[in-house]
This record gives sequence, structure tokens and C-alpha cells, in this order.
Amino acid sequence: MTFKRPDNRKFDELRKIEAKAGVIKRADGSAYFKIGDTIAYAAVYGPRDLYPKFLQDPGQGTLRCSYNMMPFSGSGERVRPGGSRRSKEISMVTKNALLPVLDLREFPNAVVDVFIEFPQTDAGSRCAGICAASIALADAGIVMKDLVSAVAVGYVKGNVIVDLSKEEEDIEDAADIPMAIIPYNEKISLLQMDGILPKAELKKAIEMGKHACKKINEIQKKALKDKYKI
Amino acid sequence: MNEDLKKHITLLLAENLRFDNRKSDEYRKVSIEYGVVKSAEGSARVKIGDTEVLAGVKLEIGSPYPDKPDEGTIIVGVELLPLSNPEFELGPPSIDAIELARVVDRGVREAKSIDFKGLCIEKGEKVWLLVIDICPMNDSGNLFDASSLAVIAALKDTVFPEVEDGRINYKKKTDKKLELKNNPVEVTVSKIGKNFIVDATTDEEKVIDARLTIASLEDGSICALQKGGTEPLTEKDIDDMASLAISKAKELRKLL
Repeated sequence: MTFKRPDNRKFDELRKIEAKAGVIKRADGSAYFKIGDTIAYAAVYGPRDLYPKFLQDPGQGTLRCSYNMMPFSGSGERVRPGGSRRSKEISMVTKNALLPVLDLREFPNAVVDVFIEFPQTDAGSRCAGICAASIALADAGIVMKDLVSAVAVGYVKGNVIVDLSKEEEDIEDAADIPMAIIPYNEKISLLQMDGILPKAELKKAIEMGKHACKKINEIQKKALKDKYKI
Repeated sequence: MNEDLKKHITLLLAENLRFDNRKSDEYRKVSIEYGVVKSAEGSARVKIGDTEVLAGVKLEIGSPYPDKPDEGTIIVGVELLPLSNPEFELGPPSIDAIELARVVDRGVREAKSIDFKGLCIEKGEKVWLLVIDICPMNDSGNLFDASSLAVIAALKDTVFPEVEDGRINYKKKTDKKLELKNNPVEVTVSKIGKNFIVDATTDEEKVIDARLTIASLEDGSICALQKGGTEPLTEKDIDDMASLAISKAKELRKLL
């Protein structure tokens, strides 16, 4: 029996994506990134003064990322506000995914804050958050080597598929492999997995993820070009 | 710095001018969108100028308070997201978030918008809890009025989910809508010097002497009040502010 995706997508097909730069007026940079039913907003504030002072790094600026699901954004019960262990971990891996494209030596002692919020989620939120954050950082005028793009690749019923939906993620033994790619050097700055995956399929999964991220990267670039009318 | 800002704003107000060219009793453009979050049982987005607030309602089944065994209730929470304003910080709700949540809660509760007895599933055991969360997306001032409007809109949008074996199946919605009557509309009037203004921007909020949030009903009666700010108000101030708020509430109500 061949596996059919619940929403009839091809194995390498992404959900519908919408991206927009400059959606939050008060922020120095911001972005909206929607993939399927997952909606991410990112706002960047800074570089600005970092307090308390002992946190300041005279060698280079500091990047802080915060991943937060709004209380009504989960597919089931209300998500309790305030940081959870999960959101703290995702905030950390998000920061690590973005750091390689930034050069923070330009603003010692300062901080760049990235706040990522989700009004609605349907799998792939950390990846959507990274995509939104990349656009927002560029919109804030932070010098970047590239826009980081991210997607979750899955291994479901013997098939490698890109951009898992919640329904696919919930299939028994499905492997969920969120990854972030730095397109210009094809390096991987986020890689996590849960589920069961034969070692031989990992290479294929990363290959498909890279390919999907390049498509996402074009959409991210377009969002910025649209805002600045280039 | 706020003193210079205050001087400047006050000088302009004396000429009936504001930074964005509005009259003192004029709102920025207000818009309401319903059903903006699929995962919520009810949701709405309200924009007042550049200020944008999302409100979402999640339904839960819980036990009633012992003194009200046949009543469900509402729980209102506000997260002043640091994404929406450079001055907001991560962490537990600040006093500003708590005040905002309580003022919005009070409006809905005292207007008796929701029939709490109608939320009873099994007396003394199970009732519906309406957990309403308010998330500002961009704070360019007047979160009070935007939030209360967003909450009423989100409640209007609320549909009960399916209950199977006493548990909620959030994936299935019924066609039963939440019934609302007597919607309160909150209008915050700010006092700067001798002037009263509505729909203050963040700059104006920084220099107000006092503010009065007035929740009023369709018939013009008042159902909740909250005075904020450090300066006291005279009786006449309050009377003028309430009249202004009630007349502005009538305009806002048309948008719901």
C-alpha cells in the first residue's frame, strides 16, 4: 500500500506559505510567517542596552530569543502562559540556529532581542519561528550572512516527507526532524528528531530538508523585497 | 524627558491639536475581525490605529466555586507580550497586565453579558469555564479599550466544542454559540492638564495625570469604572469624562 498524505501533498511539497516583513510597528524589525495553519510573528528589538549590567559582553553583542505559544494557540487544551521547559529549550535552539549568520561584534555590550509568538499552531512551529525571526532580523537592519530557513522533515510509514502537519506528526512511530539550513553554505544550524528513523534515511531526510529550505528562503527574500520595494 | 513631552502635548491640546491631528474626542480607525484563530473556540483581532490586540477564548470543563455550585465563570488573562512594546519584559504578569485583565473582566462580569447559570453542566460538579486570553500584538496606546472590545468580539465568536464522555473534543465544534446580552463597551478617557482625550497613544499615556475607564451598556448605564493615574479627579471631571465615554461607546458599539 502506498502512503498518501492526509492533505494529498506530494512527499516534497510544502504547505502553503505566506510571509510578510514589517508587521509590528513598535518593533525595530518584524515578520509574519504562516505555513499551513501554523502562524508565527517575530519582533526584533535592538541592538539596545542590556541590563542587568553583568550580562553585558564587551567582546560582542548578545542575542536573546524567546519562543512563546499564545494560550489559545494549541490544538487541544489551553496552553498555560509563562515559560515551560519546552519553550525554554526551543528558545535556546532557535538562538543557536540564528547565531551563525550574525556578526554581533559590531555592537558590544548590547542585546538583540527576538520575540517569537504563535497565535495558532499546527506542527512545525519552531521552524516557522526561525523563518519569521530571520526575516525580522533582516528587517531590523541587523547585518546577516544569509536568511536562515527551517522546515520539519518527517519519516512516516517508510516515507520521507517534508513539512509535517500535526495530523502526520501524530501518526504512530512518525519521526519528526526539524532542521534549519544556512542556504549559502548549506550548513545545518538546527537539528532535532523524535520518533524512529533508520540511519540510512537520515541522509535522504536532510537532503529533502535542504531542498525545501531553499524554496522557503526564496519566499523569505521576497517578503523583504516586497517591503522595501526592491 | 517626559516633562518636555508633557509640555509639548499640553501646549498642542490647548489649541485642540494632537500629534496625529486628531481631535481630543476622536478615535483612530477601529476595526474588528472575528474568528482569526482556528485553535480557539472564539477569537477576534481589534485594531485601533496601529494598536493591535488578539483575544482568544478557550473552553474548559471544571468544578464550580462552592458558593456558586450551578454557575460557570470567566477567567481573563493578559500577557503584555514584549513583542508588542519595547518597554514590556518577559516574566510573570506585571501590575499593568493584572489591572488590564481585571478591568476587562469586571466589564464583562458586571454587564451580566454571560448567563453564568447557563454554563452549568452538572450542579456542584461540572461547569463550563471560559478562559479568555488577551495578547497585544502591537501597543501604540489604549490597550484598555482595544482589549475589552476584542474580548466582547471573541465571546461573540465563541462556539461550544463537542463533549464526549465528559471530556472536550477540541477538534469538533458544535453549532451552539455562546449567548451574549448586554455587551459592555469600555472607553478610557485620559486627563492631561485641563484636557480630556479619548484613545490615548503611548506618548500621551506617558504624560497623563489621570485616566478613567468607563464600561457602559447599550442603554447608557455604567457597569464598571476604574480610575488610574496619580492625580485626583473632581466630581465635575468625572461627570464630563463619563458623558464623553458613554457617547463614544455608542459609536464603538456599532462596529461590533
